[in-house]
Amino acid sequence: MARITMREAISQAMWEEMERDPNVFILGEEVGIWGGSYAVTKGFYDHFGAERVRDTPIAETAIVGAAIGSAMTGLRPIAELMTINFAFSAMDQIVNEAAKLHYMFGGQFMLPLVIRAVSGGGRQLGATHSQTPDVVFAHFPGLKVISPGTPADAKGLLKAAIRSNDPVLFIEHATLYQVRGEVPEGEYVLPIGKSCIQRKGKDVTIVTYSKGLDISMKAAEELSKEGIEAEIVDLRTLRPLDTNPVIESFKKTNRAVIVEEGWKSYGVGAEVTSRIYEQAFNYADAPVIRVAQKEVPLPYNRALEQSALPQPADVVAAVREVL
Amino acid sequence: MNKQSSLDLYYQMVLIRRLEEKGAELYQAGKIGGFMHLYIGQEAVSTGLIAARLPQDRVITAYRDHGVAINCGIPVNQVLAELMGKATGISKGRGGSMHLADVSRNFWGGHAIVGAQLPIAAGMALGDKYAGRDGVTICMFGEGATNIGFFHEALNLSKVWTLPVLWVCENNIYGMGTKVTRASAVSEIQQKAEGYGMAHERVDGMNVMAVYETAKKAIETVRSGSGPRMLEIMTYRFRGHSMGDPERYRKHEEVMEWEGHDPIGFFQTYLIKNKKATARGLEEIDTRAREDIQKAIEFSEASPEPALDTLFDQVYAEEE
Repeated sequence: MARITMREAISQAMWEEMERDPNVFILGEEVGIWGGSYAVTKGFYDHFGAERVRDTPIAETAIVGAAIGSAMTGLRPIAELMTINFAFSAMDQIVNEAAKLHYMFGGQFMLPLVIRAVSGGGRQLGATHSQTPDVVFAHFPGLKVISPGTPADAKGLLKAAIRSNDPVLFIEHATLYQVRGEVPEGEYVLPIGKSCIQRKGKDVTIVTYSKGLDISMKAAEELSKEGIEAEIVDLRTLRPLDTNPVIESFKKTNRAVIVEEGWKSYGVGAEVTSRIYEQAFNYADAPVIRVAQKEVPLPYNRALEQSALPQPADVVAAVREVL
Repeated sequence: MNKQSSLDLYYQMVLIRRLEEKGAELYQAGKIGGFMHLYIGQEAVSTGLIAARLPQDRVITAYRDHGVAINCGIPVNQVLAELMGKATGISKGRGGSMHLADVSRNFWGGHAIVGAQLPIAAGMALGDKYAGRDGVTICMFGEGATNIGFFHEALNLSKVWTLPVLWVCENNIYGMGTKVTRASAVSEIQQKAEGYGMAHERVDGMNVMAVYETAKKAIETVRSGSGPRMLEIMTYRFRGHSMGDPERYRKHEEVMEWEGHDPIGFFQTYLIKNKKATARGLEEIDTRAREDIQKAIEFSEASPEPALDTLFDQVYAEEE
């Protein structure tokens, strides 16, 4: 296995799928000649050509609409949205069209499309370019929403997303692109909608995904120094949400902290906490605690921004509280 | 167009008119729910337009879609059953009046968000172009949809990528109750095509043969690879926007005047004058259409409701 970055893993998944299936193509702003604003599609244009790596106007509705329409004709488009913040410009096409068309017409239309979007704060881009609104999209039945926390999961889940016959929103965290990890070469496809244990432990269950995994792993290392062993469940897919490993882990540890980068209200933490209480209330030895972003539009100033984002220290403090 | 084809168009127009009239009655009787938008007055538009397509040409439209569904060849039984929410409806009772579609007949819906079908149409045309097929995507929308962003993004993309789309604006003068002159910077909608370097034409939508002839040429020109074009088809809806429309925005005299240009009456005169039909022959077609609607009502009334245990079916193509 090679040790590669998240960026390379995502790129590799798309490259392999495009080599495998001529119906797979990429469209989006600056995906072609530029090589992708986050350099994920670097080299694709020269190798696959302008028909399969399509630069678009800055027009998110047209990008997502073109992906939907071409998917309905049998293609497998990967639409790249430069950031998830721009998905709001295409909200109707994502929510009212992609998520609905298969069901609403009695199963007549197939929508094998992937929308890749970059999410997350922490890069001093100001309030409009720094959101982590992943749960907004996970709210809608009909969409699948994936957000990996490791390079291997990114590769395996993106390949699964491209092969899926359903519309998938694939969310990549902007500050995880440089994270390295072991990634299987060649054919490696993971099931969509399966959570997994990223770290074994016995004292407390930390439930998280995406950037939250990075934060939680750091917190777990700190806690380990004190002899506290956290078990970390990575959701990986927000819809359909698999909380079975969460419940199993909670029944063992009887304590849980939920970590996400998005805002706390109505978030992943709220959803997962409810499910824990619904399914394992009698196992609780302490209230479940949520660690999330402070409820403000993210400010530009570095210190202010970092103070609004969840940090490993916040997770450590939350774990101490539930123990 | 030969005699038989002309008479078939006449049948389609009359069938749509009778379907809509009976649909209104069924709606008033509470047998059709939700929103329903009647096509009465606009029958010549989709009838002429869709008669001009080849089987490989895709059709996509907005929510005023009953007529389009009939013209695309969906049996009236399945159209009416869908309006009544039955399991035998073309969308299995999941879509209703605004969401009719039949992929086997290359009819891609029935889209209820104003303008939302335009970017999808661009995508379908991209699909055909990418695969090297020679189909043309015919995308219909009202003049009201030309004021929303979807329209501009889709037209621009279609031109930049030279996509095989025929953009068809059905200008019935009112977007709900707001007259085109009050809502659009230019009331002659075809002028908007100029901004995208696109060829365009305006045609009388009360004259089915004019629509057919113009559409035929336009579709074949698009098929030749020259890129997208726009047709603006001038028409008028004789009924309200939807079933709950008090029609405060227009005078009864205006409606009466347009009813004097009834596309069905106009076509009757044409057919008789050109010796393609006799008054009696047309009466026979009228009778057949009435009977077919009556049978469709009986079929729909007798059809089962969707089983409640199908509620979760097909949320995803791949069930978890």
